Amino acid sequence: MRRFALIAVPYLWLLALFLVPFLIVLKISLSDIALSIPPYAPTLDLSAGWEGVRSFFAGLDFENFVFLTQDDLYWKAYLSSVWIAAVSTVITLLVGYPIAYGMARAAPEWRPTLLMLVILPFWTSFLIRVYSWMGILANEGFLNMVLGWFGIPPLQILATNTAVYIGIVYTYLPFMILPIYATLERMDESLLEAAEDLGCSRLTAFWLVTFPLSRGGVIAGCFLVFIPAIGEFVIPSLLGGSDTLMIGKVLWEEFFSNRDWPVASAVAIVLLLILIVPIVLFQRNEQKQREAA
Amino acid sequence: MTTKLMTLTAACALLAGAAAAQEVRVYNWSDYIDEDLLTKFEEETGIDLIYDVYDSNEVLETKILAGNSGYDVVVPTGSFMSRQIEAGAYQKLDPSKLPNLENMWDLIRERTASVDPDNAYSVNYMWGTTGIGINVDKVREVLGEDAPVDSLSLIFEPENMEKLAECGVYFLDAPTEVIPAALKFLGEDPNSKDAEVIEKTGPVMAEIRPYISKFHSSEYINALANGEICVAFGWSGDILQARDRAAEADNGVTIEYHIPKEGALMWFDQMAIPADAPNVEEAHTFLNFIMDAQNMAQASNYVYYANGNEASQEFLNEDVIGDSAIYPDEATLENLYTFTPYDPRLQRTVTRLWTSIKSGV
Repeated sequence: MRRFALIAVPYLWLLALFLVPFLIVLKISLSDIALSIPPYAPTLDLSAGWEGVRSFFAGLDFENFVFLTQDDLYWKAYLSSVWIAAVSTVITLLVGYPIAYGMARAAPEWRPTLLMLVILPFWTSFLIRVYSWMGILANEGFLNMVLGWFGIPPLQILATNTAVYIGIVYTYLPFMILPIYATLERMDESLLEAAEDLGCSRLTAFWLVTFPLSRGGVIAGCFLVFIPAIGEFVIPSLLGGSDTLMIGKVLWEEFFSNRDWPVASAVAIVLLLILIVPIVLFQRNEQKQREAA
Repeated sequence: MTTKLMTLTAACALLAGAAAAQEVRVYNWSDYIDEDLLTKFEEETGIDLIYDVYDSNEVLETKILAGNSGYDVVVPTGSFMSRQIEAGAYQKLDPSKLPNLENMWDLIRERTASVDPDNAYSVNYMWGTTGIGINVDKVREVLGEDAPVDSLSLIFEPENMEKLAECGVYFLDAPTEVIPAALKFLGEDPNSKDAEVIEKTGPVMAEIRPYISKFHSSEYINALANGEICVAFGWSGDILQARDRAAEADNGVTIEYHIPKEGALMWFDQMAIPADAPNVEEAHTFLNFIMDAQNMAQASNYVYYANGNEASQEFLNEDVIGDSAIYPDEATLENLYTFTPYDPRLQRTVTRLWTSIKSGV
């Protein structure tokens, strides 16, 4: 009984916060747009009992999903989001790994402080941090001011994809550092001594010993960055240009400009289907990690 | 025991009293009111005012159409409001609770009747035009002394835009503002509801697209004021606010607003009460407060938009009522056009066109 209750809690959590909202979105994606409150029909009318359910199913079709295949905007936006997320993930890894490595090799009494410094940005609202990047990257912003002192002509960064990459890498960096740090810190350093005894240079020792041992953390970090970055909306809309194409923005436009909740929901469902692959891979990696430990 | 019970009853009564404290929730555009008016309203009426802001009709509309927005007074633009009325989003106003209705300006009421028949659901808050804001010195520097600053050709002719791109151009991120102007530039009916005619704006926009640094509906106020851009296609009052901020900052930036001589879009922001507003009584009190001649004048003096309140005109500052960019003369007024909403199918065509203009996909 106690065991059952223990398992029930996470499942109830999943049911309330994932499955129920998902079903609502799925339901809207199967309706048609209408000029009413809320702006779609048919709605599932449970008060009419079985009849209400039947009339709901009678009105079902998949035209909103078919519509997504007819306009190349949608697959281009999905593809461009995956691309931006993938590039950002690689950059985040390149920046995050050395930081995590440095933290794990620092003197033990320093580590809590360093860890704190990585987490510290979370104390400020995410939105404010993105806005400050607007202040830094703007044409008349801090960066160009500093460049100006050295006689370097101003850079146009804000409102380009470069700014989106900077924003995503900056925002998600802690999600990359923390899992890598966790694996590196656990590593037994005598393994490195052994490698060097056996004739490895420091670089090959890193490549043959340290990196493979931290692979679990690297994979976890990459997924933690990649998955949310695909659906990112705030960063591209604040830092990106008008031509930055990401699915989060397309979804916003369906919802707000077209008032077409059904198509917007269909876009969201397809996004979820795209995300399922990396999410399942992530889960499997976590499982493997746990078994290894 | 009795004492205890009495204390309990008293506590309950107190709680009930607290819960019944009057409040009104207003949802208005950003940078769109003198905040002193909000304090004044609370002091005069004793009603708690909760004031939130948005910067696009789309955001407001989505909240309204989702239902239960929780707001008592909202300020949609006429063309958007007309279809929201159709969806049943608003309730009719009660004229008996709005004695200040007599202050309103018939000239404007006649025009707003096209989106709100008989003005049954709304009263005008502000109205204005969509036109061109320029940084005078920079535009002259780039295009010469005879730059066509009062013409749509300034922003729709590629050879002008190519040069202006050096100093930065922002456009409103609102197809319902830009597409009518592009149609006007082409000599078509700006209010056209013919998909083929509307599609003609695609090539025009595609030619100038490389020279537009951003589409955004509020950032241009600051960008103009601090000299980051030299041209913005935007709302009259916003550009005039930019002019004011630049003058205050004394940063050497001079901003001017021009109503294009070809004609400009005239829009109306209307105050209305959502059908499911929790505080209808207080909402009427708020509307009546705003329609007071002096209060309305204070609002216009602050935001540099014209209002639909005739009685307020004697309290307006000279740089508002006397400025033809805000209160246009008869001839210009004749030349302004209004806009009616697209049906859902056409809306989709327009949004899609807009996305392809912005991102080239």
